[in-house]
Amino acid sequence: MAEPMLKAQNALPQGEALVLGDTRIDVLPMPRMTSLMPGPGHAALAKALRKHHGLDLPDPGGRVSSDEGECLWFGLGQYMLIGPAPSPLLAGAATLTEQSDAWTSVLLEGPLARQVLARLTPLDLRDASLPLGATARSEIAHMMGSLTRVGSEAFRLMVFRSMAQTLLHELKDTLEAVAARQAL
Amino acid sequence: MRLSKGGRIDRSRAVSFTFDGRALSGHPGDTLASALLASGQKVVGRSFKYHRPRGVFSAGSEEPNALVTLGAGARREPNVRATMQELFDGLEAQSQNCWPSLDWDLLEVNDLFADFLGAGFYYKTFMWPRKAWEWLYEPAIRRAAGLGALSGQPDPEPNEKAFAHCDLLVIGGGPAGLMVALQAGRAGADVILCDEDHEPGGRLLSEVEEIAGAPAMEWVAATLAELEAMDNVRIMIRTTVTGVYDQGTFGALERVGRHMKHRPGPLPLDCFWRIAAKASVLAAGALERPVAFQDNDRPGVMLAGAMRSYLNRYAVAPGDAVTVFGNNDDAHRTARDLLAAGVHVAGLVDSRPGAATDLDLPFYAGAQVTRASGRMGLEAVSIRTPSGEVKLQSDALAVSGGWNPSLHLTCHLNGRPEWSETLAAFLPRPGVVPGMQVAGAATGIFTTAGCLASGAEAAGKALETLGLSVPPLDLPQAGEQGYGVQPLWAVAGNGRAWLDLANDVTVKDVRQAASENFRSVEHMKRYTTQGMAPDQGKISNLGAMAVLADATGRDVAATGITTYRPPYVPVPIAALGAGGKGKGFAPERLTTSHAQSLAMSAPMIEAGLWYRPSYFPRTGEKHWRQSCDREVAHVREAVGVADVSTLGKIDLQGRDAARFLDLVYTNTFSTLKEGRARYGVMLREDGHVMDDGTTARIGPEHFVMTTTTAAAGEVMGHLEFVSQVLVPGWDVRLISVTEQWAQFAVAGPQSRALLEELLGRDLSDAALSFMGTMPIEIGGVEGRLFRISFSGELAYEIAVPARYGESLFTRLVGMAEARGGGAYGMEALNVLRIEKGFLTHAELHGRTTAFDLGLERWMSPSKSFICKAAASRPGLLAEDRERLIGLRPVGASKMIPPGAFLFNEGDEAVRENAQGYVTSSCYSPTLGETIALGFLKSGPERIGEHLRLVDHLREAVTICEVCETCFLDPEGERTRG
Amino acid sequence: MRMTCPLCGARDLREFTFRGAALARPEGDDWNEAWHDYLHLRDNPAGESREYWAHAAGCGAVLLVTRDTRTHEIFAVEQARGAGA
Repeated sequence: MAEPMLKAQNALPQGEALVLGDTRIDVLPMPRMTSLMPGPGHAALAKALRKHHGLDLPDPGGRVSSDEGECLWFGLGQYMLIGPAPSPLLAGAATLTEQSDAWTSVLLEGPLARQVLARLTPLDLRDASLPLGATARSEIAHMMGSLTRVGSEAFRLMVFRSMAQTLLHELKDTLEAVAARQAL
Repeated sequence: MRLSKGGRIDRSRAVSFTFDGRALSGHPGDTLASALLASGQKVVGRSFKYHRPRGVFSAGSEEPNALVTLGAGARREPNVRATMQELFDGLEAQSQNCWPSLDWDLLEVNDLFADFLGAGFYYKTFMWPRKAWEWLYEPAIRRAAGLGALSGQPDPEPNEKAFAHCDLLVIGGGPAGLMVALQAGRAGADVILCDEDHEPGGRLLSEVEEIAGAPAMEWVAATLAELEAMDNVRIMIRTTVTGVYDQGTFGALERVGRHMKHRPGPLPLDCFWRIAAKASVLAAGALERPVAFQDNDRPGVMLAGAMRSYLNRYAVAPGDAVTVFGNNDDAHRTARDLLAAGVHVAGLVDSRPGAATDLDLPFYAGAQVTRASGRMGLEAVSIRTPSGEVKLQSDALAVSGGWNPSLHLTCHLNGRPEWSETLAAFLPRPGVVPGMQVAGAATGIFTTAGCLASGAEAAGKALETLGLSVPPLDLPQAGEQGYGVQPLWAVAGNGRAWLDLANDVTVKDVRQAASENFRSVEHMKRYTTQGMAPDQGKISNLGAMAVLADATGRDVAATGITTYRPPYVPVPIAALGAGGKGKGFAPERLTTSHAQSLAMSAPMIEAGLWYRPSYFPRTGEKHWRQSCDREVAHVREAVGVADVSTLGKIDLQGRDAARFLDLVYTNTFSTLKEGRARYGVMLREDGHVMDDGTTARIGPEHFVMTTTTAAAGEVMGHLEFVSQVLVPGWDVRLISVTEQWAQFAVAGPQSRALLEELLGRDLSDAALSFMGTMPIEIGGVEGRLFRISFSGELAYEIAVPARYGESLFTRLVGMAEARGGGAYGMEALNVLRIEKGFLTHAELHGRTTAFDLGLERWMSPSKSFICKAAASRPGLLAEDRERLIGLRPVGASKMIPPGAFLFNEGDEAVRENAQGYVTSSCYSPTLGETIALGFLKSGPERIGEHLRLVDHLREAVTICEVCETCFLDPEGERTRG
Repeated sequence: MRMTCPLCGARDLREFTFRGAALARPEGDDWNEAWHDYLHLRDNPAGESREYWAHAAGCGAVLLVTRDTRTHEIFAVEQARGAGA
């Protein structure tokens, strides 16, 4: 077939959305995302995940990553396997639910990142509460979301796909206001 | 007048501004108030009720008089305190509450009738005729009384809200607060220091003081330099902490862009902070209080501490001949500083009989000021001394009745302060705000040395609770001047003596309230309006309570004080609502077909947070009904395509998933076979319907539930609650998959052929019968097909991962158009379902039961389900309940507006006679008439009856016939193809 | 107001949704006094109160919160699942 019957479309144009000084907003590509829900007792999933994906099961608020991908704590009894297609052998240890299309990921990075987020989420973003690699489920601009600190000044934000445009709009507006304040 | 030297102003630069159009000039470092005083502007406004000329009274956020309007047009900002407004080049200020001008105000006539305008005047006078209140009295009073006016235009200014987190919040940057921040910062705590001023230092900015043998401001500068160098300390200037809330949460207002003429576009005017702190120290200082005497509101009378601020900080001489009046040692400092600045002091009046002074000036011990004279500005001060009456020619008078600790924030969680006889003031009660220490003048410590020591002590206690060690400290030497206050609230005498300058409340008013038995402080406050102006009575409360105590024969401790509530200073609504304008009001949820719908010119309507197409207009269609009727016909005669992705989709898996569905639905799902779907009704615990939808079984332990768009969140929350709280031991795993899938209804007689073409496979009944589901593949993309119908036609819903949604929608619409159909929107979807009598949340509105909706057969008698007990209550199963019926017009009028009431034909159209109401209605192009759904008492038993429909709002009166709820194809032959 | 979620730590009130008083749910499908009491006759305690709060905008856990309705002091926050409420 020359032309695929259905074309894939990200909720937002991928790549750079706004750069002000050293702070930038980038829309991330859509990775493979699979929700893993182990049900009562997490030991079987921890074992299977280690065996089939070489990843440890993170603690609440944690993220475990390797070259192959990452496993992100995603709430009560839920983990998100990001990157690889899930091994079918995980199925005995957890229910697997495809979520690749449900979330939009945006990276906010730079010296103003934390100030921008302070205007969009009630989360405590200080090192002690949100160290590098920590993740949280919280409100982002009144939307249910996931926030992961992926660098010392870099945060990956995830909201539902349908709200991607609102997230980007809020991030841009807020970065502009914060940058104006910085310039005083 | 500006002094020739001194002050914390930058004399090298001039700042021009206007007041009532007059060009004036000040310096960087000035407030509007100090610049006005330096320019000789004594009268800055007119009083609230009597329109008396008023001057600057304080030097801080407690200012009752100097309220002005800044700017013009939509940017006009009323009631700005001149004492808080930093001067900037091009500032335009207008006086308020005067007409035609500040100097000549017609309503000053009110002052002549003051005897008639006392407390309770409005309540007693404007009683009849009652109707005149609305059109005459209230508008007239509102215009006469008052403050500045809003522009009446939408606020164009940006504002913002933000969150901050810290270990220790220090409120106030005076000597105590700075010491707290220094110690905590050195100990490594995460500190936020908030100060209301644009420059930290507190009273040290205004006093002639030494710390460690050098001018106090040198210590302040050194301390600030050390704090600024610390990564763990954040200094927030121009930030007033406005409220204390539970678990260490604070509100704070930061004035971000109010001190400049040209703000860069997106820079906010204000930022409202929510600060979460593990511990806090209140070091908010103290507020000076006046003494009431006759005409003590004359321009030129001001607080003694404020006069020192203008003198020492802004280098402004308050007048040519100044009198100082006080009941404590602190007032003497004002006289001392005036003399040092070379200002003539006409006299120092101390109400304490044994008082003494070393100062070289006329001194009157045991004396009181009895009257201030001079209408547009102070001219003379009358004093009563032990040896007789004296009149001093003065154009300024400094008054000090003592200091009140700023303990307001300690009362926001219901704490009550305690009375100190020694200080004649209320003091904060320790421990009333969990985690909060109070330090410095806010605890009644009024010496600089005491404030520094108190700050260090409070820091130590706070650090201990944070588990940090207290660093060693050599407290610097500092001033320990005496205070020795002897209470004096109001000087005895005739005439009006002001307590609350902002709301024009006098001693007489409070006494009158007491005589009319408004003896409680809360009653007196509301009767006289004392303390209810924008300044919230910061400098008048205690004086008024003391006068009330005297009038009722109690002491102040027993009289008490009114309750302090947030916010400590006025907070603009625009700051509280920041981010809520325009698109910021709520998140927008867009479907994958959104862009394509817009490209097809569909008007979008809101469904919760979602945006859905209303209809898809085609060339030549001038009215929505034309488009809607055509789209309905597409579905009934050919094929239509609609985006139904907004419906909630919940994935349920686990050993107990089937059992779980049996519990939450009234009907049974455990018997459902794989590959089949079933309609289900979900009830609330009280027996009323929460939601309905279809659930499909796609694996032995795997189900996909659909909910309505409106109830998706509520249902998910309900299922989580049931699984975690009611059946915590069951193995059920829930996850919303609403966003993962784009789902489209393909409905109409040609839907099967269309999908067979798309999927390249047989979709006959044998392959997929009604209420069946199967996995599909479209060019390598895996999806799912459901044969379900919300239109009563042969219909399917096809789901693909959301990234393919736009592509599939476009393709489906193209294929439908090729078959004489097309896309359909919410209007057509609604018509299609009303024709079939299907339900939406217009009918599932929260007060209807399964019985009311004719769904009782869905309530399984053979199993348990949530709220089965409640649903079985006789009252919820009574025949004469309002139950679902169909309606069609039979008379001349065809109007059936939803919300209209139904009456028996002969009955008067009043509430008591109502038989029911209409919930949904539409014009059915299929049937060629208006049809409706509604609820009617004993409805199903009254088919064929004629009723009178009345809608008073839309003036509709229609004779209707009661009919079955399904208007089309009751046997369901079309659905089954 | 802030609440300490056992999974997520101290969080702002806006992440939580109130889910009602924590009461023992009656057994059985027949309407009786116990059901009436459970549904309609709620206490309004001045003092210690046990309530369900869902960490809806957070981890999704339903929490059992013990707090004082007069002072708003929070004594305990635990996961409802396993709390045996």
